Amino acid sequence: MSDIHAHSVAFVRDTQLPPAPPPVAETGVVKWLRENLFANWANGLLTIAALYVIYLVASATVPWIVRGVWNTDSLAQCREVLDGVSGACFSVISERWNQLLFGFKYPSELYWRPSLAFAMLFVAAAPVLFFDLPRKLLIFTGLYPFIAFWLIWGGSILTPIVALAGFIIGYFVYERLVTGSFAAGFFGGVATAFAIWFIGGWIIPDGAGLLALEQVPSRDLGGFMLNMMLGVVCVSLSLPLGIALALGRQSNLPLIKGVCVVFIEFVRGVPLITLLFVANVMLSYFFPPGSGVDLFLRVVIMITMFSAAYIAEVIRGGLAALPKGQYEAADSLGLDYPQAMRLIILPQALKISIPGIVNIAVGLFKDTTLVSVISMFDIVGMIRGPILASTEWNGVYWELFMAASVLFFVVCYGISQYSQWLERRLATDHR
Amino acid sequence: MTTLTDPPRESFRLSMLLNDTRYRSFTFQGIALILLIAAIAYLGNNLATNLSAAGLNISYDFLGDPAGYDINQTLIPYNSQSPHLQAAWVGIINTLLVAVLACATATVFGVIAGVLRLSNNWLVAKLMAVYVEMFRNIPVLIWIIIIFTIMTVSMPGPRAFRGDNAESSMLFDMFAFTNRGVYTPGPELTNPLFASTALNWVLVLAVLVGAFFGARALSKWATAKQNATGIRPTTWYWTLAVWFVPVALLLTFMGLTWDIPALKGFNFQGGIKIGGPLIALWFALSIYTGAFIAENVRAGILAVSKGQTEAASALGLRPGRVMNLVVLPQALRVIIPPLISQYLNITKNSSLAIAVGYADITATLGGITLNQTGRAIECVLLLMLFYLVISLSISAVMNVYNNAMKLKER
Repeated sequence: MSDIHAHSVAFVRDTQLPPAPPPVAETGVVKWLRENLFANWANGLLTIAALYVIYLVASATVPWIVRGVWNTDSLAQCREVLDGVSGACFSVISERWNQLLFGFKYPSELYWRPSLAFAMLFVAAAPVLFFDLPRKLLIFTGLYPFIAFWLIWGGSILTPIVALAGFIIGYFVYERLVTGSFAAGFFGGVATAFAIWFIGGWIIPDGAGLLALEQVPSRDLGGFMLNMMLGVVCVSLSLPLGIALALGRQSNLPLIKGVCVVFIEFVRGVPLITLLFVANVMLSYFFPPGSGVDLFLRVVIMITMFSAAYIAEVIRGGLAALPKGQYEAADSLGLDYPQAMRLIILPQALKISIPGIVNIAVGLFKDTTLVSVISMFDIVGMIRGPILASTEWNGVYWELFMAASVLFFVVCYGISQYSQWLERRLATDHR
Repeated sequence: MTTLTDPPRESFRLSMLLNDTRYRSFTFQGIALILLIAAIAYLGNNLATNLSAAGLNISYDFLGDPAGYDINQTLIPYNSQSPHLQAAWVGIINTLLVAVLACATATVFGVIAGVLRLSNNWLVAKLMAVYVEMFRNIPVLIWIIIIFTIMTVSMPGPRAFRGDNAESSMLFDMFAFTNRGVYTPGPELTNPLFASTALNWVLVLAVLVGAFFGARALSKWATAKQNATGIRPTTWYWTLAVWFVPVALLLTFMGLTWDIPALKGFNFQGGIKIGGPLIALWFALSIYTGAFIAENVRAGILAVSKGQTEAASALGLRPGRVMNLVVLPQALRVIIPPLISQYLNITKNSSLAIAVGYADITATLGGITLNQTGRAIECVLLLMLFYLVISLSISAVMNVYNNAMKLKER
């Protein structure tokens, strides 16, 4: 058969051809361009429009940044160096960098103290943010607030030590009593802590000089440091308060529920700026005469209330998202309310609420710039106040706002990326 | 054999207040009530002591005193002799003005950015991602100040428009962008029959409302026709006519002309002046909130599962109808609640007007009035009351909407 066939056909290929390369338009860069940028004519138009926008922005900013001047003493000198061409005057940033970070009143020889506190913040936050790290590090996290307080404000080390002692002894009392009932443990612990603080305040003589650092009053804080401090302090304080408010709002005791609802809705219904006005002009009327609570503390109180209300709503969402079976299971195990909450409900509800809490934290950190409106010199206040008002730098707008924007962007984008990572990490549902 | 018996009736003992779940909640609430009253009494006592020490009292009489300051942008009659209350009203109306304007434009920005971020076009999608991340991660206060600086520093002064070869020129000979604000043509009614201005715009509004109902009736008629015959009559030009013809007729009858701003002396005269602070606040709020709305829109569209689109296509619906009848109604259910809370955020963030000197309620009542009269407590309380009323009414609207749009499960 095959022989006959071989006669009738002129040529039979007996080896397979190597596969031909795909057409140029279907491979590599060209294919990618075609699919992603020029799929059809409308898409092509969009691409061209986008390229034009990018060109416009880049042609305006890139030469301006590249020609930037970094080491002159004033705007006038900058203009001399630039000699008529448009270019940035980044000298203002290099010259006023310390003011942007620490404000204009913090003693410059003490900058190492807040810097050190800032560096330690990473160590303290690490075990909270990353669960793989050894749990022992949490001890440092617990100590951090006292160390940071001592470093930033200075004064005798006895003050933070007494505060710490109150917490530690209160915790031990709580541990002893909580086996009986949660309420006894909780109130016993709190009472002990207050007793320690009271005795401590009585024992420490004024101006005790043990390991004393030079004192810096709160009104000398400023710059980006102030934003960071307000953000960190208020978020950490508002977490427990927010949890309490969320539980209170879910409670079936009408009085407690009512108080929590009114508080949350009231605080969420007014802008932060009005609360800052309260801190600025109204809150001191509510303290005992002569107590002299300083503006920083009043602002911390109001911002903490503000973020606690928002965090409470996020956590309430987490509590509501838990299946009812979890609550019933806890009840059927015979756990009482504090046990059920501590051991079963809150760990799950908090896990669900983490992305929301991080969102609130980012928003709150951005909102700390509002304190510039009540004449505190945070980074925006520094820029609009002392720096732009100075004769050397009057008229340098873009460079300064760019610096502030970059600082905020780095922090906020970092936090939101962390939150996305955490969300993936905590996802225990089946996919 | 067991018999059911009532548990023995215990007489009430004091320890039951703590151990019996029937009474325990009363105990706790009683304690909470006592603590609450104690706290309020303590704070109130401090307040009274401090106020009397400072020689102050709580009184709202100052609202009737002349304000004594000028406001550069007012929509209602106001001069420096008007009472503080009138200044507060000016502020309220300015707040509402910027909030409404910013809500509208933020929605436009947000929807465009959110849809484009899902585009197949890689470059456009990335560009929108950059926009969203950039604006979401930088405080709105910084954006407001940046845009205000652009408005005041980078725009030409009115003087630049002068002369034969002026440095700047008006857009279409109608709009002038200056460092004092933007001047646009303003409508003017020349027919002497329509002298009172406020009533005329109410009339125009009434005609527009009529047009809305007319258009709805038209669409209902078309649907009825479609149900009866299977063919939907083409109505779009009728709809356009219903919307525009009566209004155009009315405005022509009223003698509508446009008052075009012109450079007279040192400044532009005529037309409508939109001040720089208003534009800065409006634009910054809308572009900042637009970034958040873009994320909501994107999430809403992604929330509609692909099976829905495929099922609609399998039913033979054309792409436009798939969007209108299947995807959008489901996406809107996800998008609208966060959208409304973004509107709430815009209203609250508009209080940042004080940073650029736009005369909203925070700047008038909470700023100048507070500083002039020293009535801190009264001013701040009134300010909070205003925002609270706005927020609670928007929340109420949202609840009504959510209940109406809730998935009806049977």
